[in-house]
Amino acid sequence: MFYREAGQFKTSYAADQAVFPLLQDRIGIGVILAVAFVLIPLTGNSFVLQAMMIPFLIFSLASIGLNILTGYTGLISLGTGAFMGVGAYACYKLTTYFPNVNIIVWVICSGFASAAVGVLFGLPSLRIKGFYLAVATLAAQFFLSWCFIRVPWLYNNNSSGAIEVPLRTFFGIPITGPNATPMTRYFVVLSIVVAMTWLASNLVHGRIGRMWMAVRDMDIAAELIGIRLLPTKLFAFAVSSFYCGVSGALLVFLWYGGAEPAVFDVNQSFFILFMVIIGGLGSLLGSFFGAALIFLLPIVLRFLPPKLGFQIHSAMIDHVQFLVVGTLIIVFLILEPAGLARLWSIAKQKLRVWPFPY
Amino acid sequence: MRSNPGEGPFEVAPHPNPLPSKRAFTPVFDGLCGERERTARGAALMDLLYKIFLDPFVQMGAAPDLLVQTLWEGLVAGVLYSLIALGYVLIFKASGVFNFAQGIMVVFSALTLVGLYQLGVPAFLALALTIGVMFVLAFGIERLILRPLVNQPDIILFMATFGLTYLLIGFGELVFGGEPKVMITEALYLPKGAIEFKILGGFVQLQKIDIAAAIIASIMVAGLAVFFQKTRIGRALRAVADSHKAALSVGISLEYIWVVVWFTSGIVALATGIMWGAKSQVDFALEIIALKALPVLILGGFTSIPGAIVGGVIIGVGEKIGEFYWGPLLGSGIESWLAYVIALIFLLFRPQGLFGERIIERI
Repeated sequence: MFYREAGQFKTSYAADQAVFPLLQDRIGIGVILAVAFVLIPLTGNSFVLQAMMIPFLIFSLASIGLNILTGYTGLISLGTGAFMGVGAYACYKLTTYFPNVNIIVWVICSGFASAAVGVLFGLPSLRIKGFYLAVATLAAQFFLSWCFIRVPWLYNNNSSGAIEVPLRTFFGIPITGPNATPMTRYFVVLSIVVAMTWLASNLVHGRIGRMWMAVRDMDIAAELIGIRLLPTKLFAFAVSSFYCGVSGALLVFLWYGGAEPAVFDVNQSFFILFMVIIGGLGSLLGSFFGAALIFLLPIVLRFLPPKLGFQIHSAMIDHVQFLVVGTLIIVFLILEPAGLARLWSIAKQKLRVWPFPY
Repeated sequence: MRSNPGEGPFEVAPHPNPLPSKRAFTPVFDGLCGERERTARGAALMDLLYKIFLDPFVQMGAAPDLLVQTLWEGLVAGVLYSLIALGYVLIFKASGVFNFAQGIMVVFSALTLVGLYQLGVPAFLALALTIGVMFVLAFGIERLILRPLVNQPDIILFMATFGLTYLLIGFGELVFGGEPKVMITEALYLPKGAIEFKILGGFVQLQKIDIAAAIIASIMVAGLAVFFQKTRIGRALRAVADSHKAALSVGISLEYIWVVVWFTSGIVALATGIMWGAKSQVDFALEIIALKALPVLILGGFTSIPGAIVGGVIIGVGEKIGEFYWGPLLGSGIESWLAYVIALIFLLFRPQGLFGERIIERI
């Protein structure tokens, strides 16, 4: 009843091929954007913006990146953290050498550095498949993590071994560094994430996305119908690493404000993989759902018990957190292996036929 | 331990000038840069090449006892890697699950053993109880995780073992606490100390616990081989590994087989945990060794038990030799990724690993 296509006629191919063919969907996306751009900045305090919304958006972007590789092209990667790190370090080096260029330009450009590295480590993907490839991408992860620690050039030879984000402005307003307010940083992150999500949506719904999905479903069959495997797989690696690189640069420049090599270790890769799988493989919306669940769940677990009057030792909370997150992952997988995105589409179907389920 | 080649007993004599005539190497760039700069650059390059291709072998020749020592340490590390890889292979063969939780099972079993002993349980009773716990764990995993997820894609099952990893970390820390523990080596009559003997004009030091580890690992591998080849359950296991459907159709219960393989790899995990815990200490940092066993796995092939053993030894020895002789060139710590690079190079030539089954693809 609420979500029904009845009466919505399309008169052109363009209208029929639209990403959101239904009026309800277009209204929905408009409402979400309005909430994100207007309501949250108006109502949210700096804690909500700084500790929840900014990292949620950044991790969503990284999940989209991994989802392009794992969900759409079927190549399992455990090197996401390292590719994010490449983006962050590239952005740091670029803004050190050219401090006058706008930082947004460098954040985007750092994605290209990450894409180049991603293509390099994606080269074996033509021969190596499945879990073998997953382990091969771990090689990228460990090698790059080692570089972040052992190559002093990457962190400008400073003694702490960490990178510090300098102050950079955007038309006179500070957006990185300690002086930037959470509000401005939120708007910058939100704009970049919205723009890149739109781009990803166009990629996966078009010819390139179809090619990726054909490779995912069966690469030999895809080859037979005329898809060249190596360029397709490498392009997936490049796009995926581009997204991961930008999100890594955002992570350091607009959220942490400085980073040690440990930020980009193998646990970060696993963390992003959790988001992608819990959210739903091969779904952009799922990337957002997964990031929300996996990132916000520990925060809720940390703040909920004191609100309810339980006083728990903080070390205990850590242990319980592991326990609960582990259990939830298993329970989610058993209940809905296709991820939260699938739950959403089931809900839409229910809304469509409600109140007469026939 | 030793730190750096170039100090200590095997100081290599300053190498003879590798460049009798430096002019010969840079004839093309005459006029581009000055004579002195050119020779300096050529010398630096030759020095680098010398350090990569000659110096390590000169060192090996000059101090064969150190080479033997390094080989031995690589062998021991390799045996332990093989044990972990064995745990993965057992489960992958029988159920097609890439069990990420193998590393945490090692830690969990070792923690259970030490925790029970600290509660005052005699050591060998604690060992028996730990084996019991691993059985309960295997049974629970089969009943609660694997059974509801039958027929799901591989990556979902892989993810479920991730969840299991977190579950076991949380549970283990909750019950036994997060602080590091010391493995009960004496109570289990594991030897301590080291023996030294003279070889090739130097001393080689062998830790007794390493020798014990090598022996126990060999016994376990031999035992598993006999179990697989000679017993009824072993034959059923091999049947399941070959084809689930065919095994089901001749009346082999998959559920039962899964409990058996998870239990077996639980015992392998316990043995690994005891050995590794005796070498360092028992805490959740041990989990990282699971990641070190992954290159072993892809090198040997996911489905091959001999592959796990040979792969383990190749990786262990290659890693130690590389770190000791070539590591100082790049700054140390290359151990963390060298194993992966070795495995990757092998994979480019044999995508299914050294001993893996041939990949046949059909439309």
